[in-house]
Amino acid sequence: MTIADRWLLPDGMEEVLPPQAARMEELRRALLDQYHRWGYDQVMPPPVEFLDSLLTGTGTDLDLQTFKLTDQLTGRMMGVSADVTPQVARMDAHSLKRQGPVRLCYCTNVLRAKADQHQGGRSPVQVGVELFGHAGPQADLEILQLALSSLLTAGAEEIHLALGHIGIYRSLVQAAALDPEQERAIFGALELKSPGELAARVAEGVRDPALAEMFLALIDLHGGHDVLVRAREVFAEAPQAVGAALDQLEGLSAGVVAAYPNVELYYDLAELRGYQYHTGMMFAAYVPGYGQALAKGGRYDDTGRAFGRARPATGFSMDLKLLASLEIQEPTRDGIWAPSDDDATLAGTVAELRRAGERVVQALPGQRTGPQEHRCNRHLVQDAGHWQVAPLNQA
Amino acid sequence: MNKQLILALSKGRILEETLPLLADAGIVPAEDLGASRKLLFDTNLPGVKLVVIRATDVPTYVQLGAADLGIAGKDVLLEHGADGLYEPLDLEIAKCRLMTAGVKGCEPARARRRVATKFVNVARRYYAEQGTQAEVIKLYGAMELAPLMNLADEIVDIVDTGNTLKANGMEPRELIASISTRLVVNKASMTMKHDMLKPLIERLRLAVAARRKTSDAPA
Repeated sequence: MTIADRWLLPDGMEEVLPPQAARMEELRRALLDQYHRWGYDQVMPPPVEFLDSLLTGTGTDLDLQTFKLTDQLTGRMMGVSADVTPQVARMDAHSLKRQGPVRLCYCTNVLRAKADQHQGGRSPVQVGVELFGHAGPQADLEILQLALSSLLTAGAEEIHLALGHIGIYRSLVQAAALDPEQERAIFGALELKSPGELAARVAEGVRDPALAEMFLALIDLHGGHDVLVRAREVFAEAPQAVGAALDQLEGLSAGVVAAYPNVELYYDLAELRGYQYHTGMMFAAYVPGYGQALAKGGRYDDTGRAFGRARPATGFSMDLKLLASLEIQEPTRDGIWAPSDDDATLAGTVAELRRAGERVVQALPGQRTGPQEHRCNRHLVQDAGHWQVAPLNQA
Repeated sequence: MNKQLILALSKGRILEETLPLLADAGIVPAEDLGASRKLLFDTNLPGVKLVVIRATDVPTYVQLGAADLGIAGKDVLLEHGADGLYEPLDLEIAKCRLMTAGVKGCEPARARRRVATKFVNVARRYYAEQGTQAEVIKLYGAMELAPLMNLADEIVDIVDTGNTLKANGMEPRELIASISTRLVVNKASMTMKHDMLKPLIERLRLAVAARRKTSDAPA
């Protein structure tokens, strides 16, 4: 390695400099305070765990996203956490074992082995909440509302909320008794929203004509509120679970509209993100100017089963780095400049001002930079033996 | 907020067939794309703009949200991967086949086959599926030359008429995929701009359907 590239960071690993670091910290506190006020207890998952616990029931995507290393003490494989959610699920199922609903929140660094397609970096700071132990739509609504209010806290102005429900597709797959191969083909076509592809795959795999009709209709069931109306017609003869899923979405959207009338709602009944672990409603919140969702979440019941306790679960997570970029704030020029002086009363005055919450920057002997560079708008001047705060002439 | 849609078009052969289709769908650039060195164009539809970029860049533009939707060959999409993209419409233009080809009458005997292509990912996937160990060599053009110069045993390339292959003493072998041009849409755009996007896709769908009808009709 030459001297010239010693500063080089690995792809997707970023350092956070002032003022962005301060902005992230401010937002982190604001969010965690908010979750605290909603009754969520903070947890801190370990950065590294044994792979078998880290990747339980999460699917291959997370496996590929996880950096791996060997534990020299046991010879077992460990993974660096790439997603906190399964860790928090383990805490609820195994470590806490509390009765009734459990509300947990977290904010922690994770590492991703692959940068995502948006070059979002491999070292996001994941912040989110999980609600365990309640299977009702009320829990989902609470999570949705908390996600939206988190985005507002971060300064999002125009929020688009995409709602979906994995139960619709799951029920159809079950009713059609597809084998895994056929299901994967139909899944792929739906993910692409490609009607031609879907028609071919459904013709191959789904024998019941009424069910085939429903699979084909799924591809166009995305858009505004009329989607739910159309879905009622399309799925009139569908398994009962489909109707129940539509009822849930209806209820959630009413709850969101009542509390957040400015949020734009979008429905996509063919959204299959996280198919391996989602079990109910899912959502993603978008803000113009970002090609990816800023908050993602939904219901993922039963993840705790591998740890001895299957529990209903719903939650969401966000990347604090992305969130903090919603609002770029120039740091304020609010400090007090203290001269480099051994005077004992000066030290006392500085200490007093700091106790009162002021930011006081004391000059060091021989310092060449001045109050401007250190974001000070006032300075301390000696007046008849007393140190007084006086405004600085702004250049 | 004033919404606008950016449609990314693939330069070159696809563009020549795309513009008449767009015109059928009632989307006309405000100026002649060929006459200008500009890259961003207004259209007759308010809020709809066109960018004209290299075919291989179209999926990237749409994936990252720099363009809301794009027009790209299935070959490019297969090579690039479709993460984060919807593919709601087959435009049924610029049709061709993605094939393997080799020197005529010359069976590839090697256990480890050398394959020259610009579709590196497609080729790797294809030969793996066939159970053939292949060493993929990335080239940017003139694939047909590679087997003749003993750089490769086979090539993977787009075959239209097959004339270039024939002229170089080669023959098409296995079909990997039938290719046509597709409309791709960014997922975030579909969420936030569905009220603009869906009518636009519908326009194109109708234009494609109308063309199919004319070409099916007896001459």
